[in-house]
Amino acid sequence: MTNGTTTIDGNTGLPLPGEPRFDSIGSVRSGLAGVDYLADEGIAGIVYLADRLAKPVLVEGPAGTGKTELAKSVARMTGSRLIRLQCYEGLDESKALYEWNYKKQLLRIQADAGQSWEQLEEDIFAEEFLLARPLLEAIRSPDPVVLLVDEVDRVELETEALLLEVLSEYQVSIPELGTVRATRIPMVFLTSNNTRELSEALKRRCLYLHVDYPDLDRERAIISTRVPGISAELADQVARIVRSIRSMDLKKHPSVSETIDWARTLVVLGVESIGAEEARDTLNILLKYRTDIERASKELVGADLGD
Amino acid sequence: MLDLLAGFVAELRMAGIPVSLSEHLDAAEAIPHIPLEDREALKYALGASLVKSGAHWRAFETAFEVYFALRGPAYAIDADSATGELGDEARRTDGSGLAGSGGQRGQGAGGSGDAMTPEELADLLYRALAGANQALLAAVARHAVARFAGMEPGRPVGGTYYLYRTLRNLDIDGVLARLMAEHPGGAGTPRTASGDEPAPGDAPPELTPLEVRLLREEYQSRIDMLRREIEDEIRRRLVADRGSEALAKSLRAPLPEDIDFMHASREELAALRQALRPLSRKLAVRLARKRRHGRKGPLDFRATVRHSLSTGGVPVDPRFRFPRPAKPEIVVIADISGSVASFARFTLHLVHAISSQFSQVRSFVFIDGVDEVTSFFEGVDDPVEAVHRINTEADVVWVDGHSDYGHALSVFNERWGTEIGPRTSVLLLGDARNNYHASQAWVVGDIRKRARHVYWLNPEPRAYWDSGDSIVGEYGVHCDEVVECRTLRQLERFVGMLE
Repeated sequence: MTNGTTTIDGNTGLPLPGEPRFDSIGSVRSGLAGVDYLADEGIAGIVYLADRLAKPVLVEGPAGTGKTELAKSVARMTGSRLIRLQCYEGLDESKALYEWNYKKQLLRIQADAGQSWEQLEEDIFAEEFLLARPLLEAIRSPDPVVLLVDEVDRVELETEALLLEVLSEYQVSIPELGTVRATRIPMVFLTSNNTRELSEALKRRCLYLHVDYPDLDRERAIISTRVPGISAELADQVARIVRSIRSMDLKKHPSVSETIDWARTLVVLGVESIGAEEARDTLNILLKYRTDIERASKELVGADLGD
Repeated sequence: MLDLLAGFVAELRMAGIPVSLSEHLDAAEAIPHIPLEDREALKYALGASLVKSGAHWRAFETAFEVYFALRGPAYAIDADSATGELGDEARRTDGSGLAGSGGQRGQGAGGSGDAMTPEELADLLYRALAGANQALLAAVARHAVARFAGMEPGRPVGGTYYLYRTLRNLDIDGVLARLMAEHPGGAGTPRTASGDEPAPGDAPPELTPLEVRLLREEYQSRIDMLRREIEDEIRRRLVADRGSEALAKSLRAPLPEDIDFMHASREELAALRQALRPLSRKLAVRLARKRRHGRKGPLDFRATVRHSLSTGGVPVDPRFRFPRPAKPEIVVIADISGSVASFARFTLHLVHAISSQFSQVRSFVFIDGVDEVTSFFEGVDDPVEAVHRINTEADVVWVDGHSDYGHALSVFNERWGTEIGPRTSVLLLGDARNNYHASQAWVVGDIRKRARHVYWLNPEPRAYWDSGDSIVGEYGVHCDEVVECRTLRQLERFVGMLE
């Protein structure tokens, strides 16, 4: 039943780290730029280290700063498959790790009644009846994979413990089967919006990467790469207005993805340069709360133009 | 290197950042993979393996700058070299074709440190800011520190003092005003480090408010850059003077959870607000678990049947519902006079953020009068707004707007005292500085008789209690406990033990 790439045994110890994926921090950076993700020094350095040290990366930061995008881009850059585990309140091990296929087991039992108990027991707890969920799937996969555990702060504190074995040993223990170990350590990214403090045990096992809003130069570059057909002047203006809005005291600051959406809109509308009028009419793409829009348009273009 | 790392880790721990042994090992393992000449990469590698919270990043950065301060000839400390570099930098800039007649000035500056007048320095600063020339900016910063900060070896003064002196002499506000005033037109704002020479003709003479704002922010960010350069320079000199370890101690930036409510700066208050949100969620989880824990309740039929499937339909493993014991009622009575306002604000935030864990939360605020503010928090997801309404709308001034605990408490007891029952926990927040009014401490005793618990949270350090007009001791005898509550950490501990 084993497919040759999975080892099932009782051994402990890490699987071999395998070939390093990247030569240097610079190559990570240029590789990410090749798939349209502009990493700064810190991001590239930590991705590089994560590969060398075979450690998961915990990416934390405000919503919409490209945390999930980072994992996707790394997958694209290395040509790996992306396996994604979206976390939510109430996630349990049958959704995250593995589950026994009860129905199939029942069928198996009914199919040949009269078998001895020992035979049957061995039979129904075989890999055939195992439904692999994202974590197990990532461990078992023979191809290179990138595992993305998205919004890990949404699960309850207790559920986090499910992740610990996978993250530190890259293995999954199934009581009936033994231990499934990875043949090749996958790259693992966990993202969190910091709505609650994660447990010490989880943090300790990860490299920590805080992704914040990009600075002016990087944001400008991001806009230029992600929005085709935008002029340098407009990109610059967009980046500067967004920086200005982020310095205001708002409920929710515009994220990078919203900035890109806004820039796209302006391009589609054929706006050459942003004046008070254009800013006021399109702010609702950047900001999602009514009070925020009111305040921002007031501060940006002056009280007389606000409605 | 390992010794240096060990010292660094020890310093982080001293600063309050929890660094475990395995994280220390990770950092040690990471170092060989990093090109050592790349200081930024080293910083991120250490940060990623040692610091696991965004809120701790600032403290980490400070410690890093001190421990791995730039050394070597390029960063020599003496003033002459800084000035010489300034001259070089200015010349180089002129060579690259920047407008202005800075040629001779650069020459003059290159000669010796004192040959440059303050006006010339100010002009160089102006040009550095206008052209976003980072190298020139750094040179100006170093020169300015050498010249204005007046640093003397062994002087036991903190870095902020030097920073203040330097910035005052540079007259930053004046430079900003000049930048704004002299900026030619609106469209030609500088985009690259090469300079801001506006193409003649394309600049509209008048700026819209939007453009003015953007322009001001652009310059402001460059000035912040200058400030950082100056801070770096000061720190470098301090390290050279006193050594890393001594300095790390004096520069240590407190973590958000250790910031004193009463003395927090505006920046620190923002950090506190940030830290409050995950904290309140964590607390809520802990309280909920405490309430769920332990004893079993009635049979949960559905769960039992579902579980029996794995044993072929025989309910071998019966499941039970968890009992949910009644939640406590909380009454918060907070002093919001100027002296303790920020403390009261945070406590009200926190209590309301976790109000789902209490069956009822009622808030009262007072100065010398008292008013109920519970409704301000209802249906408001933004506590800042609620606090703003409290400060403007609540009717808390009776005579003169100076704290009068005695009067406020007795009015509270008269009007709302009957609503305090045996399930109510009463939290009193304040420093009990009563401006020598009558204490009316019997009121607290009266409340105590009816309530389940009465706690007093005092944001002052314990050593100050009962000094001057503080009469917390008089009230304290009637309370279950008087708790010192100056930081988020202490507040968290207190709320965690509430029942």
